[in-house]
Amino acid sequence: MSTTQANALDMEQLFEVRRVLSPDGTLVGPEPDLTPDQLKDVYRWMVYLRVFDQRSLNLSRQGRMGTFAPFGGQEACQVGSAYWLAKGKDWIFPTYRDHGAMQVLGVPTKNIMRYYMGDEQGSKAPEGVNAFPISIPIATQLVHAVGAAWAAKIKKEDTVTVGYAGDGGTSPGDFHEALNFAAVYNTATVFFIQNNRYAISTPNAKQFKTKTIAQRSLAYDIPGVRVDGQDVLAVLQVMKEAVDRARSGGGPTLVEALTFRYGPHTTPDDPKKYRTQEELEEWQAKDPIERLRKYLVSKGIWSDADEQAVYDWAKETVNAAVEAAEAEPRPSVDAMFDYLYEKPTPELERQREYLKAYLAKKSQGEAKTHG
Amino acid sequence: MAKLTLIQAINDGLKVAMRRDPNVLIMGEDVGINGGVFRATEGIHAEFGADRAIDVPLAESGFVGAAMGMAIYGLKPVVEIQFDGFLAPAHEHLVNQIARIRNRSRGRWHVPMVLRIPSWGGIKALEHHSESIENWYVNNPGLKIVAPSNPYDAKGLLLAAIEDPDPVLFMEPKRLYRSFRAEVPEGYYTVELGKAAIAREGTDVTILTYGVHVHTALEAAEKAAAEHGWQAEVVDLRSLNPLDLDTIIASVKKTRRAVVVSEAPRTGGFHSELVALINDHALEYLEAPVARVTGFDVPMPYLLSEDFFLPDAGRVLEAIESVKTY
Ligand SMILES: Cc1ncc(C[n+]2csc(CCOP(=O)(O)OP(=O)(O)O)c2C)c(N)n1
Repeated sequence: MSTTQANALDMEQLFEVRRVLSPDGTLVGPEPDLTPDQLKDVYRWMVYLRVFDQRSLNLSRQGRMGTFAPFGGQEACQVGSAYWLAKGKDWIFPTYRDHGAMQVLGVPTKNIMRYYMGDEQGSKAPEGVNAFPISIPIATQLVHAVGAAWAAKIKKEDTVTVGYAGDGGTSPGDFHEALNFAAVYNTATVFFIQNNRYAISTPNAKQFKTKTIAQRSLAYDIPGVRVDGQDVLAVLQVMKEAVDRARSGGGPTLVEALTFRYGPHTTPDDPKKYRTQEELEEWQAKDPIERLRKYLVSKGIWSDADEQAVYDWAKETVNAAVEAAEAEPRPSVDAMFDYLYEKPTPELERQREYLKAYLAKKSQGEAKTHG
Repeated sequence: MAKLTLIQAINDGLKVAMRRDPNVLIMGEDVGINGGVFRATEGIHAEFGADRAIDVPLAESGFVGAAMGMAIYGLKPVVEIQFDGFLAPAHEHLVNQIARIRNRSRGRWHVPMVLRIPSWGGIKALEHHSESIENWYVNNPGLKIVAPSNPYDAKGLLLAAIEDPDPVLFMEPKRLYRSFRAEVPEGYYTVELGKAAIAREGTDVTILTYGVHVHTALEAAEKAAAEHGWQAEVVDLRSLNPLDLDTIIASVKKTRRAVVVSEAPRTGGFHSELVALINDHALEYLEAPVARVTGFDVPMPYLLSEDFFLPDAGRVLEAIESVKTY
């Protein structure tokens, strides 16, 4: 086959979008291999994350939190991408928008809130939760995901790592380098790319020429798949295949999940500048939570009372996390110096001493002027 | 004359440059239709079109490297780096190519390009959004580094940087983008690169600084006058490379005391280079060792601890007191 022939291939057809539920909740793909309890668990997670996300965006708007990156609309991706991972064993390497997946893997909600409130302590995953801190520099974390999986392979362990990025995150060299390294060393890495159509204001059409992101897998000779990112059952299915393949020595997979963020890029962003209300509504009509709810109802395993109960629980739990996060003390001056090295250098100790003396003098002065 | 904020002055400067010279274009992430995350490029896409207001794929190594290609071919790209920390992926091109091509090609090629970099802290942003990148590059020959502190200089220095035949890192104090307005002439004018300004005259101590901390220094100078009756002279360097050594040394010889202020981490900073230059050229005039007010040798902390890190007028005043009472 010549390159012209290859170019003529219909990539959208070759990488057909995997789907299990249609937007109205009817089954259009293979029946999912999930128990009723698992289905309900997945649903609860999505509701919980949406409640968390909206609350956090509000806190940010009220100035009770710093700049926040909401994932509202992308809950199916957040839950589905992390759901099958072995807690305490598998690793994720998230972006600033993947704090939902982080929670699914076991990072407490309070930590995410502390992170966005501006406390480094929020970046510290509890022991046993292998969630790398949020990576803001785009795509850098993908190479780390490869390195961790590579190490597992060298140590003959069957750990799986998931590297997250957005559509914009497929442009830096690090994305391509990560795919190539993963392919060459056959690492157990899943690249989970949430294509939410926009990198801040930049649409897919200005980001890459290819019709799909998934087709880039061809160039690295690894499996690639496109999935309806608003269909959590499809995301779960695709991720199960990818994670199982990785764990059993089958190497990396590139997953492209088609999704949409309902809200701003981050708190100060105004999406009306670059996308239409119609486009937003089109995506809201495919809402992942509503879709699964309809399916659960049609299976007769979900009632109005269940629905009420899950929202009540989510709100209460998120409220408790907000309270806990806001009750945390401010980070100390010491915390600024304590963690840079295993042991602070003599110069850092001098700087610490100077700053503490200055702050003590300053607060005395303030006490005087106010007293 | 119109009173503009610093960000409006930059926006105006870009438009003036683009109207004047068809080879000038802007490029960067979200600079086109969106007008930039800080709105520095608002209206430029509408006026000049997509060929001269280019939204690029998200890859600083790619678009800074490509901008070098454009520049050697005869265009004048003005590249926006969305936030200081995201200059890092472009580092390779800056140090290994952009800074060197004039020298390597013995003048056959050169890179008339400007990187606009919203710089430093003070806006309680997320990680990697508050860096002092001057220290990454003052030790890298071949790159000019400019740092305005007010709207008038911002426009004039930007126009001078665009006109300059060599690559310029143009550090914009993002904390000052909208903090005050000042008179800015319409149309074209330049502020010469490599000329410092005396932001406040004084006789008792010289404060050397640039960018956002010109204002910290001015505040400290007022405190020193009110509390001690000392008159501090504040020198706004405006440009780190080229550096106005004459103005610095003349001021230090006059006041015999100096304080340098920047929020970059302390060790190996440009502020330390200033101390070395004073030692080289005015040691025998000094009544006291030069004091440094700087950031700390830690990464810029998350927002709750940002104020611990940033120099404030109190710390500058303390330094003034230390050199005055030495
Ligand atoms: C290297 C780098 N350059 C620029 C930025 C600023 N920035 C933050 S998010 C973003 C867009 C990312 O879009 P995408 O990868 O599609 O992910 P999304 O935000 O849509 O989840 C940009 C340009 C950054 N964080 N890192």
